[in-house]
Amino acid sequence: MDFTLKIWRQDSANAQGSMKDYKVTDISSDTSFLEMLDVLNQQLIEKGEDVIAFDNDCREGVCGMCSLYINGEAHGPKKLVTTCQLYMRSFKDGQTIYIEPFRADAFPIVKDLVVDRSAFERIQQAGGYNSFDTGSAEDANNILIDKETAAAAFDSAECIGCGACVATCKNSSAMLFVSAKVSQFALLPQGRIEATSRVLNMVKQMDEEGFGNCTNTGACEVECPKGISLENIARMNREYLAASLKG
Amino acid sequence: MAKLDSKIPEGPIEKKWENYKAHTNLVNPSNRRKIDIIIIGSGLAGGAAAATLGEAGYNVKVFYFQDSPRRAHSIAAQGGINASKNYQNDNDSDYRLFYDTVKGGDYRGREENVYRLAQLSGNIIDQCVAQGVPFAREYGGTLANRSFGGAQVSRTFYASGATGQQLLLGAYSSMNRQIKAGSVKSYNRHEMLDVVIVDGKARGIIARNLITGKIERFGAHAVVVASGGYGNVFYLSTNAMNCNVTAAWKIYKKGAFFANPCYTQIHPTCIPVSGEHQSKLTLMSESLRNDGRIWVPKHKEDVEAIREGKLKPTEIPEENRDYYLERRYPAFGNLVPRDVASRAAKERCDAGFGVNKAGYAVYLDFADAISRLGVETVKERYGNLFDMYQNITGDDPYKTPMMIYPASHYTMGGTWVDYETMTTVPGLYAIGEANFSDHGANRLGASSLMQCLCDGYFVLPATIANYLSGDIHTGSIDTSSAEFDKAANGVQELIDKIFAINGTKSVDYFHRKLGKVMWDKVGLARNEKGLKEAIEEIKEIRAAFWNDVRVPGKANQFNNELEKAIRVADFLELAELMAIDALNRKESCGAHYREESVEPDGPQKGEAKRNDKEYTYVAAWEYMGEGKEPKLHKEPLTFNAIELKQRNYK
Repeated sequence: MDFTLKIWRQDSANAQGSMKDYKVTDISSDTSFLEMLDVLNQQLIEKGEDVIAFDNDCREGVCGMCSLYINGEAHGPKKLVTTCQLYMRSFKDGQTIYIEPFRADAFPIVKDLVVDRSAFERIQQAGGYNSFDTGSAEDANNILIDKETAAAAFDSAECIGCGACVATCKNSSAMLFVSAKVSQFALLPQGRIEATSRVLNMVKQMDEEGFGNCTNTGACEVECPKGISLENIARMNREYLAASLKG
Repeated sequence: MAKLDSKIPEGPIEKKWENYKAHTNLVNPSNRRKIDIIIIGSGLAGGAAAATLGEAGYNVKVFYFQDSPRRAHSIAAQGGINASKNYQNDNDSDYRLFYDTVKGGDYRGREENVYRLAQLSGNIIDQCVAQGVPFAREYGGTLANRSFGGAQVSRTFYASGATGQQLLLGAYSSMNRQIKAGSVKSYNRHEMLDVVIVDGKARGIIARNLITGKIERFGAHAVVVASGGYGNVFYLSTNAMNCNVTAAWKIYKKGAFFANPCYTQIHPTCIPVSGEHQSKLTLMSESLRNDGRIWVPKHKEDVEAIREGKLKPTEIPEENRDYYLERRYPAFGNLVPRDVASRAAKERCDAGFGVNKAGYAVYLDFADAISRLGVETVKERYGNLFDMYQNITGDDPYKTPMMIYPASHYTMGGTWVDYETMTTVPGLYAIGEANFSDHGANRLGASSLMQCLCDGYFVLPATIANYLSGDIHTGSIDTSSAEFDKAANGVQELIDKIFAINGTKSVDYFHRKLGKVMWDKVGLARNEKGLKEAIEEIKEIRAAFWNDVRVPGKANQFNNELEKAIRVADFLELAELMAIDALNRKESCGAHYREESVEPDGPQKGEAKRNDKEYTYVAAWEYMGEGKEPKLHKEPLTFNAIELKQRNYK
């Protein structure tokens, strides 16, 4: 398969960026999207040009490192997968593909397609944990959790922190990301103890980081590679309201 | 030079850890805040250690090359974590987990370490549940378990097919709490490129800021390497793209012995190689062997028809299938340990029964499980793995068997450490996959997560004080000393040297070449001739790399090609040590299979043959300088709590 690629190039955080054109040819349909970019980078090295910088690591869809905005969609056209799990069979031979970074005010560009998502870190640090010290836990089976609740908590906890929700949202809201963590703890008995302070602190940090407001368009859920549900946002809103009344 | 002293505490094996903790030196809470600890890596071992040492009140600095600690490769572990809770009432115990682990490791692990691991395993589950890790549950609300290879009990705890992710996010959450509290400082996109030794002690590191390219210095009273394994030496592996040996290799060159480098695990159930542009191999969790049955056709004509696309596997009747693991190992069947399962797959494929076009694949079939349990139950257990398989291959494993083949996955070898997880350099520690100690010559499934968290939450935090108690009056480490200057200059010279080559070939070109040599000659099966050839070929590739590599871009900016070049340069050196170690060990043990060492006859005919008389030792290699042969030190292994005997899974 052959493709025309239009890729965002930006030398550093403060440099001016622009779209540049590239061509790749003879790509097998079993090649992953990132492997297709590997092929392009090998060609650039041979020509003595600087490679296209993009984040990636596990290439199994779970580390959350890869973060490409492909033809106007976070992680590209296929649903429920990250960029690294996208294969070229999802595209048409000869197609033009636009590749951009995950854009948001809270995600400044580092270089080319690499962005700085440390705002997510600070939100997690604001309350995404249970406060207890190593070694002080009771026997695991003393806490009984029904199967459905455990499964629901897992579904929320599956968030990989990639930022597709933010990149997709027209307001660059981080509500899906934050609510997934808040929900995981809110659902579990061991997370209830600090539920009030957690939701207040995490939402406060989210606002301080410059993420936009949620206007319930639901675009984030559609593009989330892990299928994190909008129900998480609804749950967080309930938790937040309850916490505000308390606190 | 340092001598090998494993510092095993006195007393019967089940009392050793208790005795150790009762008599070790401590640092009192008010002194801990005067002590700095550097941790390299934010995965299960590093993240857990950072959180726990932060809670204890030390000043912790944690370094990792990703943008977030949550990206560490521990996140990709799928199947589960072992613990001797005996929640299933199937006669599990600390002793049985210990026994299975030592046996699974083919009696090449250190029994005292393994016993401690088993004793602490239950605490890990308690810890993780308290953190909010959403493990799978039974209807009654108790924790669910599944079985893994090499065990006859059900002791594996899991969170769907994303156990590593959930455990890592647990450690990450505890670490975040300490970052917020100010006791842990987190350095993302920083890569450790050297350790600084002052007066024989580890006193800091040199790291490259991967955003600015700046070479930075950090001082500490102890340095902990938790940088994972070196499976990417094979180029294609199940490891994440950026997994590397650099931290472990830099400390090797500064005096930390490297143990058993030839013990590398080839995981039996991975998606086979599909094309030349492939960048990595994807693991299909071992948990699939609970319900999947592995087979190839009995008859060559069926194999041919399948390869030509004229026959589907579902059309082959039961009597024409060879369930070779069940046939060869009736007691354990499809749940034999990984090394046994991998070699058996290779044996069938080498004999011409491989089922994909290239002839390097076997079937993992769920048809029986689906008819026994129903699609819904199978989906609940393995749904995400089936989806992943279908997404990558385009085949639906609910309808047709998966195709799998072994791939490089984990490294049992690593930095030599004593009972305290200290290396041969005082003040320098190695934990998690980066060290060598617990898995012997083969790791059992669901034991990696256990060992990483055990080291990080419980072992290192309890042992490091013994050393740091001597540092309460030291004061902060001066990073402008001559030793820091020398190390920082060395890193700068390395980078300058790489850019000065300005050759014609990419880093990946050399990495691929290295990977092929390693897979063919230092992989699943090894022999003297192949290993000797490999050593020469590795030297040639290394020379070519230093003559002709091209790294574009600049040093003072984000430059992934430079990062890769530094890592591959280290792989090119490690690879030779792996081959030297494999050549030295003229026995087959665990994942290290020497074709010259098989059982000649009897009921075990054709199985791997250990040589306990000559090789019941840990091979710890000392770096002697560039171009010089490394020096072998032997740590004899003694087994008092367990009888040394041949593994039998029949």
